[in-house]
Amino acid sequence: MSLDLTQLDPKPATANDGGIIKMAILAVGGQGGGVLTDWITSLAEANGYVAQSTSVPGVAQRTGATIYYVEMMPDPGVVPIFSLTPAPGDVDIVVASEIMEAGRAVTRGFVTDDRTHVVASSHRIYAVSEKTVPGDGILASDPVVERVNKAARAFTCLDLQDIAVKRASHISASMFGALAGSGALPFERASFEDTIRASGRGVDASLAAFADAFDASQSAQEPAEDTAPADDTPKRALHVPARQKQAWDALAARLSELPEGAREMGLHGLEKVVDFQDTAYGHEYLDLLTRTAGDDTALARALAKHLANAMCYDDVIKVADHKTRGRRAEGVRRHMGVTETDVIQVTEYMHPRAEEVIGLMPTGVARRVAASKRGTALVERMFAKGRRWRSDRLGPFLLLSTLASLRPVRRRLYRHAQEIAHRDAWLARIERLAKTNPPLAIETANARRLIKGYSDTFERGQTKFDIVMTGIDMVAERDDGAEWARRLVTAATNDVSAEPVEGVVATIRSFAE
Amino acid sequence: MAERSFVSEVKKLDVPAGEVFRGEGILAITKALLESGVGYVGGYQGAPISHLMDVLADAEGLLDSLGVRFEANASEAAATAMLAASVSYPIRGAVTYKSVVGTNVASDALANLASSGVKGGALIILGEDYGEGSSILQERSHAFAMKSQVWLLDPRPNLPSMVQAVHDGFELSEASNTPVMLELRIRACHVTGSFVTRENKRPPLTVREALSDPQRDTSRIVLPPALFHHEQEKVHDRLPRARAFIRDKGLNEVFGPDTADVGIVCQGGMYNGVIRALQRLGLASVTGETDIPIYVLNVTYPLLDDEFLAFCKGKSSVLMVEEGQPNYIEQAFSTTLYKSEAKTRLYGKEYLPEAGEYTGGVLLDGLTGFMRAHAPDMLRDGDRAPNESDPGELPEELTKLIPQRPPGFCTGCPERPVFAAMKLVEEELGTHQITGDIGCHLFSTMPPFNIGGTTMGFGLGPASNGAFDGGGEKRPISVMGDGGFWHNGLTSSIGNAVFNQSEGVVMLVDNYYSAATGGQDILSSRAENPKRSTNNSIEGALKGIGVKWVRSIDRTYDVGRMRDTLKEALTTETTGPKVIVASSECMLNRQRRERPQRNAAIKSGERVAVPRFGVDEATCTGDHACMRLSGCPSLGLKETKDPLRDDPVAHIDESCVGCGNCGEVADAAILCPSFYQVDVIHNPGKLENWWSRLTGRIIARMQTRRSARRIELETA
Ligand code: SF4
Repeated sequence: MSLDLTQLDPKPATANDGGIIKMAILAVGGQGGGVLTDWITSLAEANGYVAQSTSVPGVAQRTGATIYYVEMMPDPGVVPIFSLTPAPGDVDIVVASEIMEAGRAVTRGFVTDDRTHVVASSHRIYAVSEKTVPGDGILASDPVVERVNKAARAFTCLDLQDIAVKRASHISASMFGALAGSGALPFERASFEDTIRASGRGVDASLAAFADAFDASQSAQEPAEDTAPADDTPKRALHVPARQKQAWDALAARLSELPEGAREMGLHGLEKVVDFQDTAYGHEYLDLLTRTAGDDTALARALAKHLANAMCYDDVIKVADHKTRGRRAEGVRRHMGVTETDVIQVTEYMHPRAEEVIGLMPTGVARRVAASKRGTALVERMFAKGRRWRSDRLGPFLLLSTLASLRPVRRRLYRHAQEIAHRDAWLARIERLAKTNPPLAIETANARRLIKGYSDTFERGQTKFDIVMTGIDMVAERDDGAEWARRLVTAATNDVSAEPVEGVVATIRSFAE
Repeated sequence: MAERSFVSEVKKLDVPAGEVFRGEGILAITKALLESGVGYVGGYQGAPISHLMDVLADAEGLLDSLGVRFEANASEAAATAMLAASVSYPIRGAVTYKSVVGTNVASDALANLASSGVKGGALIILGEDYGEGSSILQERSHAFAMKSQVWLLDPRPNLPSMVQAVHDGFELSEASNTPVMLELRIRACHVTGSFVTRENKRPPLTVREALSDPQRDTSRIVLPPALFHHEQEKVHDRLPRARAFIRDKGLNEVFGPDTADVGIVCQGGMYNGVIRALQRLGLASVTGETDIPIYVLNVTYPLLDDEFLAFCKGKSSVLMVEEGQPNYIEQAFSTTLYKSEAKTRLYGKEYLPEAGEYTGGVLLDGLTGFMRAHAPDMLRDGDRAPNESDPGELPEELTKLIPQRPPGFCTGCPERPVFAAMKLVEEELGTHQITGDIGCHLFSTMPPFNIGGTTMGFGLGPASNGAFDGGGEKRPISVMGDGGFWHNGLTSSIGNAVFNQSEGVVMLVDNYYSAATGGQDILSSRAENPKRSTNNSIEGALKGIGVKWVRSIDRTYDVGRMRDTLKEALTTETTGPKVIVASSECMLNRQRRERPQRNAAIKSGERVAVPRFGVDEATCTGDHACMRLSGCPSLGLKETKDPLRDDPVAHIDESCVGCGNCGEVADAAILCPSFYQVDVIHNPGKLENWWSRLTGRIIARMQTRRSARRIELETA
């Protein structure tokens, strides 16, 4: 398909640069922006155009944001004077290999609604700043998509990474396909494909990804609502053996004791605790939940979630249980893209600390070991080194299975006692607050999200949780207590150190006194 | 082995005269060198001219056949010193390096070379690393030309002009017995285009032949009394000859109408940008016909007063487009106008920014401002009034919605575990005074590591901790790469530390290459290179220069060992500098080397294990402690959409190369049991296959039995 250039470039006829197509390619280093740029210039030249491309090699190409720039026009007979850099307000086509990079093109002024056609991949490559946040640091892409769409004359936006991966190809191929399908360049599809063929490497996979992206882009001139990959609905299934069907049904029937709005979350929580332990544990969960939350829907919903997480603490048994499951083994193969008959070796990186090992002991013994310096030191020495277990081998598998099989006696182990004590203190606080300050009770339930992980992370979380609880106690009687609690939790989740949350507590203290 | 191979492009360098040559700027430059009968070439890699060195290396066969010597110099100083051959012999020589950092290193040799003067043409091709994409301090090379009196070419950024500049440069150098610098900006080095070739020429006298008939001329040695003559000669003899050559050969160009009220003077490198701005103002055509006269300085030093005054004649205002600061050219031309009592007013930084790159937007604004003030009737109505088309709020809003994306360590980089270990040590022993150097390892200064406070130059990391060499309660740490070590670090940093009995710790990161510049071989590279001596031991050099405490770690991914060794270095009783040599191959290069081999091996039926890492979603709690010790592009986040979870979990995608850092860090930092490594075995042996099936079946049977007896929740 070809496109009339006048339609592409609706500027006043006085502009003497008419006829030059200016194209900026924004990529993340390592994505192969260079390959795409080469293809585009070859494509242009094959169609009787003169083209010039420039790039900035060097450290910018080591995983950072980088820009390639191409200018082209039908051969005027004399050598045209092309620019070496894109200029704000003067770009016809922006190709962005990641959605935030499309946003970056707008911030740099390369996208204007009078002329710029943006072709972008909707997928995300998370920046380091997003990844290192202890909680959820992911920046939303929807607001970016929305604004790029507003800023551009036309916007072709689809998950080009997904298309490329599905065809075992590279995003440069699907970007080339989307560019072709978008109609932003006045060249025929076949000519694009010839360019790929002429380049010689991985041609078949590239052509397949090209074709998929071409087709998808034809229907994606407006940013589609469903830019996310299709299979993103979590697969969640509870497998109940016939023998336990009755017990489960009886348990599930009890969900009706919860306020209506909390039942769905209650079911999720229930499934999780039963998977963690057994149906009796499920009854315990529901007992605690109904007792603490009463008929307060919002509290019941919040608690349904956090109580389940609290009851399913991350102990050695849980880890071993998970690592030895058949479904997990299937998941690993799926993730690696190998079939059941392929030979794989799976190495588990485990490094339990002395605390976790002591937690595995019966309460009485563990208390004694924990109290004696020599006992702890001995355990510490025994577990100073990390374990690397080949879970595909019989020996290590049996070992892990044995650990997992401790599940029935878990309630008698030290870790459980510790967790119960902690959990009950938290529930008691919520129960108290539910009567005097219900919104704060909900936030107290939500604060549970701070406790997660293993070792240092776990300890840091507990420390922060304790600080938050101190803060909550100080605002227990205030109408804006819930708001302060939210502030406390946010301060605690968004930073590794406890400093920010301590700061909030200090503020509270300053006005509490 | 360099990151980019030019083996196929290099074939183009052998085409006969009269053909149309298509390619990148650096290839065109190489071709021009061959056409000009150069006798020897060399340089030091560094963006943006790294690839020029790579092209030369890949073209070595052709160079040999023409009798041209190629030297991969140890530093920019070594490269410039090599041009001494052109002092004594009528042989053309060319070297290349990045500027200004390379020119800084070279300046001792450059000044001496300039004082001696040259017989054979001496050309220094500078990759001007300025503006977007640059990784170095922002200064101009211009000052070097002025201070040492060497000539500076700044050709228009298109292939024919750049090629012509090489030819002109040699001739100018010979006509004035002065070395010449040819400045190419980043994007010009990699601009694509075409030009018509000339015949490659054998040097009339090769360096080999010169050795048979040694020459010396005492008047060229920089010693009194000759050195005083050199200074006089520069201004009274060489400079006038240079000016005459530039004028006679018409190296500078004038475009546009003969008469006009306003005009523009620009550096050659700015020409395309200026034309684009004029195009957008409706004052120039796509092919460069301009309504405003432009005086293009393809030679920015020395300047020709008479040429400039002739251009100014009849013009009331002239705009100087001079990128960078200080504005040497504008100052010089202002003096010229003042002394000649001409009526023309010269403008420059009034309309254009004093500092920073002159990109398209900047030039358009500058030229528009100038035209509005001095020739408004030449503008279209829309351009005359200052009604900028308002970009609206969107750019501003988006700035807050998108993340910064600075460069960082690549997937599987062997330097990542080094800094993960350093961070672990800091968690234990507190923060330290740490200096960085130049190289990939400088990415450590950015998140997630935030390690290192200064960078003073190549191979100067340990030297820049000199003030702290005496030690204190804590020891100072410095980081240096193998590239920096061989460039300058062995003497300036290590020698310095030994001599001064430094108490400091040096982390010497050895990735087998000059990696940041594109993976060129250096002295200690492990690859066998038929043309170069590799495999020279860093440890041997350290011991040779007197370092007593050296620890070599040949697998940086062993985070626990890295951490313990660093701790030992920080606490040992041994006096003198403590040097840890942390060696593992640059992953980019390793993949490039191993992947084809591996694929071939798999194809031919060999047993091959391919490792990759994964994260158990069920055990990952979304704390991201692993990311704070990694930053690997392959280790990202995944939103679980599990209603019971608030935070995204860690996720490793298919680009993981299985370097092992994830598992090692989880182990050394005692993070979590979520990481697992999968080795996919291609072409397993019969026995292995049978055994694996058998264990697989037994394990599966046990799993099925267990899951039949319990309620199990499946989440995926
Ligand atoms: S193991 Fe971890 S650090 Fe190494 S390449 Fe894979 S994801 Fe990156």
